[in-house]
Amino acid sequence: MMNGHIQTTGTSFETIAGGIGIAAVLLYFVMAALTGKKFRKWPVHRYFLWSIGVLCAAAAVTGPLAALAHTNFKVHMMGHLLLGMLAPLLMVFGKPMTLLLRSLSTRYARLLTRLFKSRPIRLLSNPLTAATLNIGGLYLLYMTDLYMMTHQSLFLYALVHVHVFLAGYLFTISIIYIDISPHRFSYIYRSVVMILALAGHKILSKYIYANPPSGVSKPEAEAGGMLMYYGGDLIDLALITIFCYQWYKDATPRAFPSMENTD
Amino acid sequence: MGTNTENLQAYGNLRNRAVYHARNFWAGTFFGIGLMAFIDEVIFHQLLQWHHFYDLSTTQAGIFADGLLNAFAWFVAIGSLFLFANLRRRNALWPKRWTGAVFLGAGVFQLFDGIVNHKLLRIHQVRYNVDILPYDLAWNISGAVLLLVGLVILLQTRKTRKKAKESS
Repeated sequence: MMNGHIQTTGTSFETIAGGIGIAAVLLYFVMAALTGKKFRKWPVHRYFLWSIGVLCAAAAVTGPLAALAHTNFKVHMMGHLLLGMLAPLLMVFGKPMTLLLRSLSTRYARLLTRLFKSRPIRLLSNPLTAATLNIGGLYLLYMTDLYMMTHQSLFLYALVHVHVFLAGYLFTISIIYIDISPHRFSYIYRSVVMILALAGHKILSKYIYANPPSGVSKPEAEAGGMLMYYGGDLIDLALITIFCYQWYKDATPRAFPSMENTD
Repeated sequence: MGTNTENLQAYGNLRNRAVYHARNFWAGTFFGIGLMAFIDEVIFHQLLQWHHFYDLSTTQAGIFADGLLNAFAWFVAIGSLFLFANLRRRNALWPKRWTGAVFLGAGVFQLFDGIVNHKLLRIHQVRYNVDILPYDLAWNISGAVLLLVGLVILLQTRKTRKKAKESS
């Protein structure tokens, strides 16, 4: 499809990405098992969700899917849905920050908590910042020549993929408070930002459908745009449901009002 | 004992309806909007394939407005179900008012989609390669009917509320 694009299969980037994935799972298992002796046993479903999440992220950057993504825009988009949306959602439920705090000595855990509470982290975990980094990054990627350039420079390729994952993860934790969330924002504010972010995602996917990114053919851009639109909807369905369920639990009345009113 | 509890529940519900009348309205309206957007997507985009994902007359403003509207509708389709569950949990569900609001929300979405999205912003048409006028009429009249049904039901619940206020 494109001339002179770099070969990432079997390169250092793939090896490093795969290595990080394996390390993330191994480290998680060891930490969870070890701290389980001292504290409450680490629930089995968290091991499972973390592993599947890491697997989703790894599938996007290494192996056959990543290889196909270089020549097929639809597969590329599939990889992005996995890396930037599904993997973060699954991994958040593994509660890695909680696990990390549990594993550290009190002294280091205190330092880390102080860092979490700091102003820069507060700014980062504001849903609006997270959404801008997440969706804004995608606009930059697909509306400029950046997409084509990622196929010519291994550095840019790696940078974009790391950004997609980190920004996706940041956005997820800024919307749903599953893991440690030191800076909390109201449900109304978070729902407004979430709607804007979802809208930004939909708008971009239709834009891609109509205006193929440089180096992408029209049919592939159409297939990729539609996958982005509907695939995004599907993962957002889960995100919105979790968000609303958290509100539902928070809004639990202390007693039944019917009983209060009748006495 | 059983009937006594039921009476208490029913009496409590009547009182809670008054407190939560606005929440019943919004829960229903949001559900109506979400439901209509869902029907639009499943039936007209996916099953019949009359609506196109994008057509050449789509403007940038159209893409923008459509994205915002659909993101909002997708969010409230799910959120409104939780609002509904919350009303039930609080024994404050007012089925008639909620239903009226569902009609209202569905009608508003249908009319907005038919007039602003299809005609003003030209995101896509109801159907292609046909005489579009009957389709547009059917689309917008059905929207107006839904809206009117919703308004009538809502007005009735408003009267009930006024009467209840006067008698208490």
